Amino acid sequence: MSTDIAAPRSPYTREPKRNGVNLEKWGWVYMRVSGVLLVVLIFGHLFYNLIFPGKVSILDWAFVAGKLADPFWVVWDTLLLWLALIHGANGMRTLANDYAHGRFRSVLLWALGATTVVLIVLGTLVLTTFDPCLGETNNAELIASCAAQ
Amino acid sequence: MAGAATLEAVDNTPTAEAPIQAFTVTLIIRRYDPEKDAEPYWQDFDVELFATDRVLDALHKIKWEQDGSLTFRRSCAHGICGSDAMRINGRNRLACKTLIKDLDISKPIYVEAIKGLPLEKDLIVDMEPFFQSYREIQPFLIASDKPEKERIQSVAQRERFDDTTKCILCAACTSSCPVFWTDGQYFGPAAIVNAHRFIFDSRDEAANVRLDILNDKEGVWRCRTTFNCSEACPRGIEVTKAIAEVKAAVLRGKPDIPKA
Repeated sequence: MSTDIAAPRSPYTREPKRNGVNLEKWGWVYMRVSGVLLVVLIFGHLFYNLIFPGKVSILDWAFVAGKLADPFWVVWDTLLLWLALIHGANGMRTLANDYAHGRFRSVLLWALGATTVVLIVLGTLVLTTFDPCLGETNNAELIASCAAQ
Repeated sequence: MAGAATLEAVDNTPTAEAPIQAFTVTLIIRRYDPEKDAEPYWQDFDVELFATDRVLDALHKIKWEQDGSLTFRRSCAHGICGSDAMRINGRNRLACKTLIKDLDISKPIYVEAIKGLPLEKDLIVDMEPFFQSYREIQPFLIASDKPEKERIQSVAQRERFDDTTKCILCAACTSSCPVFWTDGQYFGPAAIVNAHRFIFDSRDEAANVRLDILNDKEGVWRCRTTFNCSEACPRGIEVTKAIAEVKAAVLRGKPDIPKA
């Protein structure tokens, strides 16, 4: 609790309103829209990976390789990656805005942005350039197609 | 044996009205005198109170009978003027509407000034940042037609903003908001509630001006819907709902007011 007493009648001032695009509004909208999409994407991901085709035990390199050979799952995972990372980063940004001040806030926001960009770039790189022949695979179909290349 | 029988007989006869039971209640109050103290400190007082007394009565008893230097604001003492919002047992309440019987008097009652506004003395804070935000949302009717005849409004249109007309500007909501605690630039629930009162008034013509003011980094988007404000409001205003309605109005570009 502040114990500083301001000089009598010193006017209270608000920081001038900044012009330009209102990112707060679109950030708020993004959280709602991506949140709804993420519910579908995440539960679809969990359901397909852990329950639907077999059970957790089939989750190995071959399973992931098989999934990433299907453009449907590449698009699914790319959407999941981008939406979830930006959603999480935006949430962390609001926390930093709420609870950090001054230079510390700038450092936090900068680190947060950099981390998010690196993770998105790396993740997208893996999703788009994934090579199933890199590792051993139990999937006969994949071994055949790898050998054919 | 004879004595016991006599006693029983006496017990059964109707007696005079029993005196109303009084309780000794301990209040621990956060004191601060800027002329003497470097930091606020907690001080406890024992007060004789009835169950029907209010926390304000306890403060009065302390000020009148024990320590005249205890400083707090109160005016009407009946929950209308909004002067005596304070933090009672960690919750923002009006001292004049908090009955002793509703508190657990087996433990001390903690009373301190509302948080997030500069502390001036004991239970008094500087309300200027709060009223500055209130002034900025232009809390008055803005209409272009001359006030020559009544501005007709349907029952449904009046009902639309009825909840937010109840505000008494006590600052219980704004000073319970965790975003406001850490960032005094946030307009706060009370300013948004009072903007809502005019934004959703069918007679008002400046909804867009107020929506533009609140569509700001420090406006409605800072609300994290923690519902502290709704819980704190002594008038039972659904504050968080009002803020959500203003958010929706900003997104739509106009408020959702019944046509008639």
